[in-house]
Amino acid sequence: MSIDTERAQQEKVEPPPGPVSLVRAELPRWAPYGILVASLVVVGVLLAVTGGFSIGLFVFLSAVLFGLATYLVSRVVEGARKATDRLVTIVVTVAFLIALIPLISVVITVVTNGLARFDAAFFTQSMRGVGGANDLAGGGYHAIMGTLIITALAAVMSIPVGVLTAVYLVEYGSKSRLARAVTFFVDVMTGIPSIVAGLFSFALFALFFGPSIRLGFAGSVALSVLMIPVVVRSTEEMLKIVPNELREAAYALGTPKWRTILKVVIPTSIAGIASGITLAIARVIGETAPLLIAVGITTGLNLNPFANRMATLPVFAYYSYAAPGVPREPFIDRAWTSALVLIIIVLVLNLVARLVARVFAPKTR
Amino acid sequence: MQQPGDRIFAASARGAGILILVVLAGVAAFLVIQAIPALVANPADLPGGKNIAVYVAPFVFGTVVSSAIALIIATPLAIAVALFITHYAPRRLAQGLGYLIDLLAAVPSIVFGLWGLAVLAPAMLGLSTWLNTYLGWIPLFAGPVSVTGRTMLVVGVTLAVMILPIITAVSREVFLQTPKLHEEAALALGATRWEMIRMSVLPFGRSGIISGAMLGLGRALGETMAVAIILSGSSIITFNLISSGNSSSIAANIALNFPDSTGVAVNTLIASGLVLFVITLLVNSLARYIINRRREFSGAN
Repeated sequence: MSIDTERAQQEKVEPPPGPVSLVRAELPRWAPYGILVASLVVVGVLLAVTGGFSIGLFVFLSAVLFGLATYLVSRVVEGARKATDRLVTIVVTVAFLIALIPLISVVITVVTNGLARFDAAFFTQSMRGVGGANDLAGGGYHAIMGTLIITALAAVMSIPVGVLTAVYLVEYGSKSRLARAVTFFVDVMTGIPSIVAGLFSFALFALFFGPSIRLGFAGSVALSVLMIPVVVRSTEEMLKIVPNELREAAYALGTPKWRTILKVVIPTSIAGIASGITLAIARVIGETAPLLIAVGITTGLNLNPFANRMATLPVFAYYSYAAPGVPREPFIDRAWTSALVLIIIVLVLNLVARLVARVFAPKTR
Repeated sequence: MQQPGDRIFAASARGAGILILVVLAGVAAFLVIQAIPALVANPADLPGGKNIAVYVAPFVFGTVVSSAIALIIATPLAIAVALFITHYAPRRLAQGLGYLIDLLAAVPSIVFGLWGLAVLAPAMLGLSTWLNTYLGWIPLFAGPVSVTGRTMLVVGVTLAVMILPIITAVSREVFLQTPKLHEEAALALGATRWEMIRMSVLPFGRSGIISGAMLGLGRALGETMAVAIILSGSSIITFNLISSGNSSSIAANIALNFPDSTGVAVNTLIASGLVLFVITLLVNSLARYIINRRREFSGAN
């Protein structure tokens, strides 16, 4: 045993051959790119030879080979820790690219399929009397109007309630029990599934008008349930970041609290509030399930949300796709065009929200 | 001293807060009222002819399975994406990339449904066949492979795409809150970037990741249209993810059957909606609890 230890000690103290280097070897900067190109070429040639070439397989195998090759080369030259670091970098980057695939794919699919009927007729005609030989015409005019009316009504109900609640939470409630209860239940409301909101609205109206009630306004109520918590949350965040000095300055000038809120606090944060409200509208305008339950669908134009069924874009898209007439194709085309219009509306609302937040932000100079 | 204007304004603000509580109480109350006829009805009158629990069970199963698949796929991906945006992407691009992922959250669910059926389902046929051929001994992939691609697996992947931006957004926020000094200390001790992330960012952000995943789970549980469009589900319980027989989800079952239902069938659907409401309520409350607990103790705010 003692001999063993001695030998080990002797081996340990033995100086390494040559001068001691304090710097680990490092791969040159071009190495990752070189390995990437090499893996692409190798996989491409292999697939071409075996004959089973497909884009998905090519990209997948190249990524795997790239990761493995980088890890091995780096491990040999730079050591295990650096190699793991490089491997993780590749994995994280690939994960991000994977996450982009659905977004790009959705946009491409909807645009290519939706452009076929993205014409004047779609925006000027309803589905009344469309069928049989008439089938190629027909559009989503009634659905677009329905979506706009129902969403506008929902916004009219949600915005005052949401903003006032946020004002209460930030300016009046502070730590009271009511404020804590409201905060908790707003969080709970954020998680209500949209279809449950639709069922609630239906149950409410069915209690008064009987179980066959379908009403544009019922849809607005359902959307409000979904929209109010979003408005409260975003407005609350915005009011919270208004500096207290502004409020105190107003109080010092003898301004009553409600005028301070209306003239100082809200104007300071109006950009953020408006942006949050726009995002909330964008969130509910694409909701399908609650409208399917509470509003139903109709073929003609109905501009009165307080009587009878209304058509809305998402529900119109759903029924055109899920229960098409004969022949099928015009219905499917209209479904895709509805989806395209819906995506455009949502994207525009998102852009507007960002622009509002940027343009009307309080000047810091 | 209070002016009348002050009193009116304070009262209306407080009234709005109370209104929210009333609305939420209304949601629960009206759902219960409308669900009661289904609970007390003669079981023979219900759809399926059994009692309400037997009716709802397969849909609860379908809801849980589809959400579980979505969560298993989306969580690691979302963590990686959040890490990429916060710690790997060039600083100048990072915010723009964040917007790009947020856009994914803005796409309406009906569009994801159409996309899932038209693009994803055929695209996943190859993978399903491969899984069946090589992993067919696992009951999940027992097959036979559905030729239409309208399977639980496709639904799970679609849901994963839909909840990815939620989990990413929450994780991104907490990753950004990691104390800079922790990160710099790790780097100064010679840690590589990954070692720094493993030692300072991930432990700090763990509860954020968990709560983000729970919020995503809540969304997946309640997701309606994507499931309703893609899946041709029925009231069976099966673990087979890639064949043509699938358990439907609660929300999808309501959406598919509600427009044509009358009488006690409507009440039955509302009762199942109540079950969904309770499940999502539990999941979301748990998520909020985790978030709030962290907020109190971390001192990050």
